[in-house]
Amino acid sequence: MESLTVHDLTAAYSLDALDPDESREYEAHLAHCERCQRELAALGGAAASLAYATEAPAPPAALRDRILTAARAERENVVPLRPRWTTAAKVITAVAACLAIGFAIWAASLTRTLDSTRDARDQANRALAVVSDPTAQRLPLKGASGSLVVGRSGDAALIVNQLDTAPSGKTYEAWVIQDGMPRRAGTFAGGGDTSVVPLDHPVPKGASVAVTIEKSGGVDAPQGRAVLSTQPV
Amino acid sequence: MALMARSDETALAELYDRYGRVAFGLALRMLRDEALAEDAVQEGFLAVWRAAARFVPERGKASTWILTLVHRRAVDIVRREERRRADSLELAPEPATAAADDDAWLRFERERVQAALKQLPDPQREALELAYYGGFTQTELAERLGQPVGTIKSRMFTGLARLRELLGENEEAWSPSPSTT
Repeated sequence: MESLTVHDLTAAYSLDALDPDESREYEAHLAHCERCQRELAALGGAAASLAYATEAPAPPAALRDRILTAARAERENVVPLRPRWTTAAKVITAVAACLAIGFAIWAASLTRTLDSTRDARDQANRALAVVSDPTAQRLPLKGASGSLVVGRSGDAALIVNQLDTAPSGKTYEAWVIQDGMPRRAGTFAGGGDTSVVPLDHPVPKGASVAVTIEKSGGVDAPQGRAVLSTQPV
Repeated sequence: MALMARSDETALAELYDRYGRVAFGLALRMLRDEALAEDAVQEGFLAVWRAAARFVPERGKASTWILTLVHRRAVDIVRREERRRADSLELAPEPATAAADDDAWLRFERERVQAALKQLPDPQREALELAYYGGFTQTELAERLGQPVGTIKSRMFTGLARLRELLGENEEAWSPSPSTT
């Protein structure tokens, strides 16, 4: 069984003591192993605390300026943000989502896709690109807490809070529905505080998004119960 | 809201002011070269910047994330710099004198973590230190220490788990902020 040995890699991964192949193997496993996700959260904190045991002179003041200047230069290439979110609640949701994503990337636990062959980190980055775009449109979900985030190009991600893990043998499947025609947009397992799901299908203007419960692996057309949906974008 | 009033950049500056020094200390210990350490810190902080549209400069959560990213950058660099890795094999004792201009919080944290480390059995502490500060992979550690990889894995696991207990870390400090839609 791969899991027996892969479970063992959590401590080494926390310490960045795996070679690239082992890391990839572990991250792929982590994506769907809740035990390892919990363990990594615990051991990762202990590993990071080792940073505090070091002694060093203060970094040169120029470093601070350099970092802030580089950060500013990167942001200037982005459309200046005029926050769309107008209520405090929306801001908090966005902040929480970004924070959650930060951890997700760190833990590589973002991808809860059961049948994904893509690299977990790649998927995390795609979701992040959408969710962290300040010009993206955000729609509330009906049927669940969270939001649908749609970038200008139509790239989209779902942020769903407190969604129970899909029952055994089942998966959540997302759909992009345009002109009454549902198109597959990816499967995910749910669970945890927040599921962040990059959609495999763009969401054009006028389309809406829904999530149903389907048999593991997903299906070609929605058959199961709908758990959430959105207004048309 | 306070969060809205603060610009992103101010938030990044706050994070740097709070964790930049720890990050630099870590990178310097790993890389033994100020210029390389600065690179690792800069790349780590910029990774944070790219990854979050907005920061919540809250201790305990952001810090682990930042230090993890800086550590990862430093590991990448240390693995490129074979020459320095040979040096870091020796578990050089920490400098006896702390920098005089340390802030009290940092000194407190340092003493707390150092005290916890001292309580670990030598083989566990050695595995953690060589892996975390030395940037060695578990396979390299097994070779250098003449132990099976399984032994190294188990030392790292037991050492980290024990360290966590000694530091009184709890899981609550780990969950992302609850959402409130």
